Amino acid sequence: MHEELKQFGFTVITVALDANPEDVRPWIEAAAPTHPSLIDRRRLVADLYNMVNVPTVLWIDEEGRIVRPNDVAFPDDTFRNFTGLEAAAHLEALRAWVREGRRPFTVEQIHELQVVPSASDQEARAEFGLGLWLYEQGRSEAADRHFVRAGELAPHNFTIRRGALRLRGLDPFGPVFKEMVRAWRAEGHTYYRPLRPAGSPRDGGGSRAGRDPADGAP
Amino acid sequence: MATHETLTIIDEGRPTAVTARVLDDHVWLSSAGMNDALGWELTPEGLCRGNVCVPCPDGLLEGPLGSDAPAIDLTRLAAVLRRPVALDSDERAVYLGAPAQARAEALASLAAPDFTLPDLQGRSHSLANHRGKKVFLVAYASW
Repeated sequence: MHEELKQFGFTVITVALDANPEDVRPWIEAAAPTHPSLIDRRRLVADLYNMVNVPTVLWIDEEGRIVRPNDVAFPDDTFRNFTGLEAAAHLEALRAWVREGRRPFTVEQIHELQVVPSASDQEARAEFGLGLWLYEQGRSEAADRHFVRAGELAPHNFTIRRGALRLRGLDPFGPVFKEMVRAWRAEGHTYYRPLRPAGSPRDGGGSRAGRDPADGAP
Repeated sequence: MATHETLTIIDEGRPTAVTARVLDDHVWLSSAGMNDALGWELTPEGLCRGNVCVPCPDGLLEGPLGSDAPAIDLTRLAAVLRRPVALDSDERAVYLGAPAQARAEALASLAAPDFTLPDLQGRSHSLANHRGKKVFLVAYASW
């Protein structure tokens, strides 16, 4: 996609929210990207943009302004059964923006769609940051307490709750994670929060209703 | 029990070791320690950092202003700056994060916050380097 669209003055920037670059090295080397592929050990970008899960995508225009705020998009339909998200819709909207300058949202819509962080969101990020520092010092028991506390302060933040699992010696694809998602959904929440596709009619009940993972999650 | 020992202050990911006293979830440190760790310093004008000065907030200092070694309440300072604090007294470490209000205002301005991060080869890249192009920013993870 980057190759297809770069002639239109477009670039992809990927940011890996991983504490250990070695965890993402195989992915990056396999992709052999010609665009910047960055490592964000401290979750700086997640903090700046109030990201709460991955993948999160944003569109930024030539003047450095947010054109499409935090959304969930996958490169293909591999996870469609789990997420209810069609890759094609987002890609089509993206092509229309890049090739024709067609903006998906008005400024008012962007403001409505943005989710800005609360005080407890930031407290959670501070706890996570402390946990990460302790982890890097080899004090994993102490780190664990702060990762858990961070997750309690921001239960919707899976960059924290799932993102800390490997640092806590747990499998981010294993039973602890699956139970985490099950319990979250049992409270009536969705695991992903996609934006509605560009151009679709506004639904009455909020613009961030995405279909929930059918069973388990990738 | 209050102890004077080394404490690490982590300012949005940047750690500095200072001498500090921890008592009842409050961290007391010297003006020099505060300056080293956070860039704020105590001057006759008040609390200053770069071009910004604020009047010294009540309850920030132990002992009268102008005493030889005023002890500064870091927890109170963080509250005044609206910065979230994560403290671990046993581990002698405290993390100060970014205020929600600052993050919220930045996002609401619709100006995409800039950042500088390394690639796998250790080369730094900034979002600002790509001004003039349409950018598709994707955050992902191995987890």
